[in-house]
Amino acid sequence: MIKMEYYLVVSTILMFVGIYGFVTRRNLLAMLISVELILNSVDINFVVFNRFLFPEQLEGFFFTLFAIGVSAAETAVAIAIIINIYRNIRNIEVKNLREMKW
Amino acid sequence: MNILSLFPAVPLVMMLGLWLSKSRRQIHAVMVVGSSVLLALAVWLVFHYLGLREAGETAQMLLTKSVMWYAPLHIHYAVGVDGISVAMLLLSAIIVFTGTFASWQMQKDVKAYFLWFCLLSVGVFGFFISVDLFTMFMFYEVALIPMYLLIGVWGSGRKEYSAMKLTLMLMGGSALLLIGILGIYFGAGATTMNVQEIAALHNIPVQLQRIWFPLVFVGFGVLGALFPFHTWSPDGHASAPTAVSMLHAGVLMKLGGYGCFRVAMYLLPEAAHELSWIFIILTTISVVYGAFSACVQTDLKYINAYSSVSHCGLVLFAILMMNTTASTGAILQMLSHGLMTALFFALIGMIYGRTHTRDVRQLSGLMKVMPFLAVGYVIAGLANLGLPGLSGFVAEMTIFNGAFMNDDTFHRVVTVIACTSIVITAVYILRVVGKILYGTCENPEHLKLSDATWDERFAVICLIVAIAGMGLAPLWVSDMIRGSVSELIAHILS
Amino acid sequence: MEYTILILLLPFVSFLFLGLAGMKLRPVVAGAIGTAVLAVVAVLSYTTAWEYFSAGRDAAGLYPTLMPWNTVWLPISGDLHIDLGILLDPISVMMLVVISTVSLMVHIYSFGYMKGERGFQRYYAFLSLFTMSMMGLVVATNIFQMYLFWELVGVSSYLLIGFYYTKPEAIAASKKAFIVTRFADLGFLIGILVHGYYAGTFTFTPAATTLAAGVMIPLALGLMFIGGAGKSAMFPLHIWLPDAMEGPTPVSALIHAATMVVAGVYLVARMFPLFIGYAPEVLHWTAYIGAFTALYAAVVACVQSDIKRVLAFSTISQIGFMIVALGVCTSNDPHTGGLGYMASMFHLFTHAMFKALLFLGAGAIIHAVHSNEMSTMGGLRKYMPLTHITFLVACLAIAGIWPFSGFFSKDEILTACFSFSPVMGWVMTAIAGLTAFYMFRLYYGIFWGRENRELHAEHTPHEAPFTMTLPLLILAAVTCVAGFIPFGQFVSADGLPYTIHIDGSVATLSLCVAVVAIALATWMYAREKQPVADRLAERFSGLHRAAYHRFYIDEVYQFITHRVIFACISTPIAWFDRHVVDGFLNLLATATNGASCLIRQMQSGSVQRYCIWFLGGALGLTILILFIC
Repeated sequence: MIKMEYYLVVSTILMFVGIYGFVTRRNLLAMLISVELILNSVDINFVVFNRFLFPEQLEGFFFTLFAIGVSAAETAVAIAIIINIYRNIRNIEVKNLREMKW
Repeated sequence: MNILSLFPAVPLVMMLGLWLSKSRRQIHAVMVVGSSVLLALAVWLVFHYLGLREAGETAQMLLTKSVMWYAPLHIHYAVGVDGISVAMLLLSAIIVFTGTFASWQMQKDVKAYFLWFCLLSVGVFGFFISVDLFTMFMFYEVALIPMYLLIGVWGSGRKEYSAMKLTLMLMGGSALLLIGILGIYFGAGATTMNVQEIAALHNIPVQLQRIWFPLVFVGFGVLGALFPFHTWSPDGHASAPTAVSMLHAGVLMKLGGYGCFRVAMYLLPEAAHELSWIFIILTTISVVYGAFSACVQTDLKYINAYSSVSHCGLVLFAILMMNTTASTGAILQMLSHGLMTALFFALIGMIYGRTHTRDVRQLSGLMKVMPFLAVGYVIAGLANLGLPGLSGFVAEMTIFNGAFMNDDTFHRVVTVIACTSIVITAVYILRVVGKILYGTCENPEHLKLSDATWDERFAVICLIVAIAGMGLAPLWVSDMIRGSVSELIAHILS
Repeated sequence: MEYTILILLLPFVSFLFLGLAGMKLRPVVAGAIGTAVLAVVAVLSYTTAWEYFSAGRDAAGLYPTLMPWNTVWLPISGDLHIDLGILLDPISVMMLVVISTVSLMVHIYSFGYMKGERGFQRYYAFLSLFTMSMMGLVVATNIFQMYLFWELVGVSSYLLIGFYYTKPEAIAASKKAFIVTRFADLGFLIGILVHGYYAGTFTFTPAATTLAAGVMIPLALGLMFIGGAGKSAMFPLHIWLPDAMEGPTPVSALIHAATMVVAGVYLVARMFPLFIGYAPEVLHWTAYIGAFTALYAAVVACVQSDIKRVLAFSTISQIGFMIVALGVCTSNDPHTGGLGYMASMFHLFTHAMFKALLFLGAGAIIHAVHSNEMSTMGGLRKYMPLTHITFLVACLAIAGIWPFSGFFSKDEILTACFSFSPVMGWVMTAIAGLTAFYMFRLYYGIFWGRENRELHAEHTPHEAPFTMTLPLLILAAVTCVAGFIPFGQFVSADGLPYTIHIDGSVATLSLCVAVVAIALATWMYAREKQPVADRLAERFSGLHRAAYHRFYIDEVYQFITHRVIFACISTPIAWFDRHVVDGFLNLLATATNGASCLIRQMQSGSVQRYCIWFLGGALGLTILILFIC
């Protein structure tokens, strides 16, 4: 059986890849994808902990499903916003979004 | 429902009516009906109050009512009136009533203007009927906020700056006030917020009082134009639209004096005794300083604003004298100054509306051009400099007599200094009257101007009648106030 | 005598009516209403006087002090309250008669004088207001009521001086009059406060506590005298009175000659029991001030060229006489040192009549030649015979020639002065001589001397209309006979009847001095050319110029008000307020703003940068927790 640590390593890598992407990418879509990576890493953690630590309970799975649902909705909203931004300023570079600063 | 609750309720209903009304006509109708109802209510309240006293009611606060609002902090919606608040309610009702007529010609966004105007009245009326510290504070805030918009949107000149300055300074004051109120609440054992009950407990330790008294006094003092926290007043008044100046100088500034007396002095008497000398010096400076400043101003509203600093300084000065006579004089001065200054601002607004300048140097000979407004201005001026038969004399004489009853050198000296203000007042009033009303009209444009319209005449006449009424027959109002003041003073001195 | 309240109420009603509805009325109607009301008031005053004096004395031999009305107007505290009421005693009744007579004359006279003026109705409204206030002042039952009406007469005087409100001089004069008297009233007010506090009462009768107050009562009385000095134009507070001549001439006659300016004298007389009982030194000081004022004003009057100014300074000088007469009293027994009280009141009475006559005569002259300057006059006796005769009567009266009224009252004053100290007596006699001199200089300058032919050719001077000459005749008649009134029977320091007897030596002396002065004036001014006067003016040109400019007192005031108060106090305070007090707050606001500008750099709005901060924070916290726990 694969040990719990391997799953955690994967999820940690996923997490930091996501963070790195979020911090460094200047494109809104890329940032959105990075956020998804972070969420997925957390989902993995939930499942793994549930599976290994409390096998007789199901909260972790439910929470994961819930998070996937929410992130799907959230992505939809984010993409809608991004499309609107694109319509307004014709690109989706973060540095160009100064309109509502301060 | 308690009859007093009608005072803040009527403006609320008026707001609803304004919201529903479709045309200028309807807006005016709502305002006239509402403010008339308020005035009638205030007059009725005076008679009812006097009747109750006549019938032998001895409780300090009459028509009391208390509803629990937020139990953990003992916050009640508690109302009640004594002679002082009845007088202030009457004053507020008169000013709101005449203010409505003074803003009759308002063109820009009338509905919103009157909505905020009514909200302001809610705060003012609510403040004067409250006997619960927190409710009082809440209404105080309600009265302050609309001012920002009224000046910022409908004002003139540097309106944004003035509005911001006024709001920030008054908010700063209310921050101090909030700390002070909480201090009083916890200092008195955190069992009640009711002013009467806290006074009856009389258990705030002196060392705590020493901390809270300056906070509360300055907090209210900012609104009462206490030197050196008065500088919002010239700018604010100069920028505000006519009716807002009237309401602000006429009523809102009185919240300061009223609060100083009812909260700071009444609830923290020991500290008031110890620390009064500091504030007496500050108020004496206010009185003389405001008057001297007014002598060299060139904007009519600035002159009047500095004159208000001087007169409101006299209110706080008299309160700090801590005897019945002087404090009665203080309340009389609040009434008198409220009426006079409202009249002044109304007239200045009307003159400004015609000539589009308030600069003393550019106006002359208006007596020929607009005799009604000019005569009104002269009467307001004479009231301001304390002509017998008008309200100013009554108030000032009571104050000076009262102040003279403290027979130590310090009080004597400051009283004499404060007395000199009556001479300086004469100087700046006559200077303006001589300059802008008398003489020949040098600006040919001004010769074509018309005199007051009916609504303006009505507002001016109402105020003059009130001023003369108080000046000719001061006995009843003085007696009404004195009865309540003496109880407060007895507590402060005990 | 409850009807006396009408003496106050009727003019007040008339004021309100004329003030509110006057402009809708025709001028003549408004004037007629005002005059009719005043006629009723005059009749009421005479009835009051008749009833009061004919009711006789009480058991102690005094005329009783009546208070037909007295109500609390404003309570102050405990025993102190401001009352409004009517107090009748010999001097207030005497004043009622004086005021109503002069006021009635002025009302009638103004019909002719003010004819066709814009604001005729307003003029009559103000006259009513003034009459009401002055009546209220003299019948005051307490010192505070006196102060109240004192302020009201000040305001009515302000309004009437500034009646020609388009004339810059009139505006300035009205402002000056009000502010100077207001300044003096500050002293009065503080005096009242001191007195009220220590004596525990505002009434005129000394209270039991008064004696215990020690030095405070003289102080209070001294301060009150400052108020009186302001209203009565005592040096150095006299500067407003000559300027007040900018008002219409009948107003000068009523307010600035006969009634309001003697309010200060009346005040001292009213407080006389206190003065004599508790502060005789203060009383004597008032005498010195009065004597100096009388001298100063007489000297200045000798060189003025504006006829109203001459009369104004003569008024100041004569009021000085009244004050001196009061001040030289050393007891309240007229037989030993208390004569001055009676003399002062007597002079007040006679002076009111002949000075009103002089002013009204001057008004008639000004009406005829349309100028105040003496140079435009000369030789007017041919054109205006009635005015000439009545003016001469008044001049003789003020110069103190038997049998005109001024002789009797001035003689009493001089007698009182001589009994106080010979120096005072001689000084006052000399001033009386000066009075005769400058009055006859004025008289000759107007009615004799060189006629200004080119001016008179344009419009021939003519006698005034009947409405104006009638008051002149009436007042002249009063001036002729008033001296024979047994004044001491009605008014005296202790209230007991006092028989006036002319002191032979003093009377001879004063008559001689007056006659010599008149002769001198005749010699100098009665002819076409005035070589002596011109030579004198040249010889003492410095003194002449200084006197013509009233010894530069006005300039001193001008300097103090404009250079000191406005430039050195008000302007710096206003600057301080805008730049220091307000500047501090603005600085506070700017500092807050600057601080937030600094902080907002961190608030970049870039989510990614926040994210780094967040991660760094999370990491830091993790490490912290790991290492500490």
